[in-house]
Amino acid sequence: MMDGMARVSDTTGKDARAMRRGRGTAYWQAAPFALLFLVFFIVPLVLTVAVSFWRFDDYVLSPDLNLDAYREVFEGCIDKLPSLCVTFATYLSTLRFALMAWAATLVLGFGIAYFLAFHVRSVPVQMALFLLCTVPFWTSNIIRMVAWVPLLGRNGLVNQGLQAVGLTTGPLDWLLYSQFSVVLAFVHLYTLFMMVPIFNSMARIDRSLIEAARDAGASGWQTLWNVVIPLCKPGIVIGSIFVLTIVMGDFVTVGIMGGQQIASIGKVIQVQMSYLQFPIAAANAVVLLGIVLLMIWALTRLVDIRREL
Amino acid sequence: MHGASVELVQVSKRYGPAVAVDAINLRIPEGAYCCLLGPSGCGKTTTLRMIAGHEIVTDGDVLIGPREVGHLPPAARGTAMMFQSYALFPHLNLLDNVAFGPRMRGVDKAARQKKAREMLALVRMEALAHRLPAQLSGGQQQRVALARALVTEPSVLLLDEPLSALDPFLRIQVRAELKRLQSELGITFIHVTHSQEEAMALSDLVVVMNNGRIEQAGTPREVFSRPDTAFVARFIGGHNVIVLPGGKAMAVRVDRMRLLPEASPTTPLSLGARVETVEYQGSFVQLRLRPLDPALGTTELFAVVPDDAFAARPFAVGDAVTARWEAGDAHPLRDAQPPALVPALEEPTP
Repeated sequence: MMDGMARVSDTTGKDARAMRRGRGTAYWQAAPFALLFLVFFIVPLVLTVAVSFWRFDDYVLSPDLNLDAYREVFEGCIDKLPSLCVTFATYLSTLRFALMAWAATLVLGFGIAYFLAFHVRSVPVQMALFLLCTVPFWTSNIIRMVAWVPLLGRNGLVNQGLQAVGLTTGPLDWLLYSQFSVVLAFVHLYTLFMMVPIFNSMARIDRSLIEAARDAGASGWQTLWNVVIPLCKPGIVIGSIFVLTIVMGDFVTVGIMGGQQIASIGKVIQVQMSYLQFPIAAANAVVLLGIVLLMIWALTRLVDIRREL
Repeated sequence: MHGASVELVQVSKRYGPAVAVDAINLRIPEGAYCCLLGPSGCGKTTTLRMIAGHEIVTDGDVLIGPREVGHLPPAARGTAMMFQSYALFPHLNLLDNVAFGPRMRGVDKAARQKKAREMLALVRMEALAHRLPAQLSGGQQQRVALARALVTEPSVLLLDEPLSALDPFLRIQVRAELKRLQSELGITFIHVTHSQEEAMALSDLVVVMNNGRIEQAGTPREVFSRPDTAFVARFIGGHNVIVLPGGKAMAVRVDRMRLLPEASPTTPLSLGARVETVEYQGSFVQLRLRPLDPALGTTELFAVVPDDAFAARPFAVGDAVTARWEAGDAHPLRDAQPPALVPALEEPTP
């Protein structure tokens, strides 16, 4: 009897030790990434927030805890209403770009994903087409943007073509260095980020659900609206988060494709940095971060991503 | 709801050069419970899907009631399909799942929810109407799938291996439930299965399929007592397929084999054999025999002896015996299929 009990306690002790060891190993395995995360994400973020509260005048920055930088960012914004101050106007313009890019990438990304997931039957062809979608990523961002210039410029291919066909008499100016070209570049650069998560959601839809919908009398559009889209929601939300966060913080695309003539909040921060106005830049960055986090929060309220993953 | 007859006329389905269903003819009377039975890949599911309208017929006509429906979409055929995986919409609760069909057809909300509740009540699931499918057990999901199929008042219900995902105990329970619903509703059920036991228990009409063809169609008793082909005899179980030296093939039920001591030479009504295994099964004893006559090849034969008869005259492994049968118990087979790729006996039916 005693012997039996001793054995039992012995094995449980061994189990507990093994578990403790297992937990220790898990921590060690997570450590490298945690360290990376700490050094390259947490620390800079904390510094940015800290600097946004620093005192500054024309020449000196000194550690402090005041709201001058935030006051500067929103200077006159409340008094001038209903006309918009520079900051509000810039945020609004950035938000507009984000929404336009989001809508365009959503429609395109969903369409391509739908085609790949439901119309391409063979897996090898599916994979080949999928890889084709990543071809733009074989070159750098900047080159991909600059490549539009000979296409969309006043004497670019598109204008020449349109004139040759006789659709326009003179070159169209709005093709390049305009809102149009900025959105075009966003769509070109980021549709893949929308498409991949949606495709992933679609690939997991049981095909018999589509047949069940058809069996119940649903038309193609009804099936799309009532079955496919609801089941793609997690993919749509994840893709939306990618596109919105990237576009909200972008300053390179807006700069190059907008001919340095269009304001965006990223651009504003970059300019302030170049004038060494770090606290104001930091304050702007914190506000931007807050807004983006709010957008993500709103999106995740629509779909419980964690459950869907 | 009322049933409709289903008729297939020279129906074929080809995928490129591969023939899935080969010019089959079948008439299922209205209100019948029909089972399409066969091994996997025999074309039974393809046949079902062609009736449903989820596969396009390559050749031939599908008639439901008096109408030729080959060109109609599934919803216009008066059929409803219950999928093997149940295919419940994971984002909709049970009520909305069942109300999906009426909603797609533009029925207003109050009417379709009332109808859906009725259907859920029919399968005794109304208490869980607001659950999501993921919160249900397999058996419950199956009942909801049934309710969803019935909500559009089909005249033909098509069931694709409806019981295969359930555990054996539940399977028997749900089987009885299916039979009850079918006789209550009076609509035609077409049920695809690979289990002969299921087909026997449920159907008015068993259709045994193999290699895209119908081997035999008839009542379970007809098919069991008079198999037409060696394939049917083997697949349905409980039969020995004996190919006599002349090439004449016949099927003899394992429970009609009488065993006598001492081997005798092969005749049309008996053969000599050696006992290879003896298995006690409770109410009967099952013996595996190997014929002594080399002309009979390596066919294995089975004999099932009631336990008291066996106790009165036992046989041991290695004994030489004569297996005899009455002329009336030997059913000539249309073909003499080379023997025993399929075991002659999976589940003996004493």
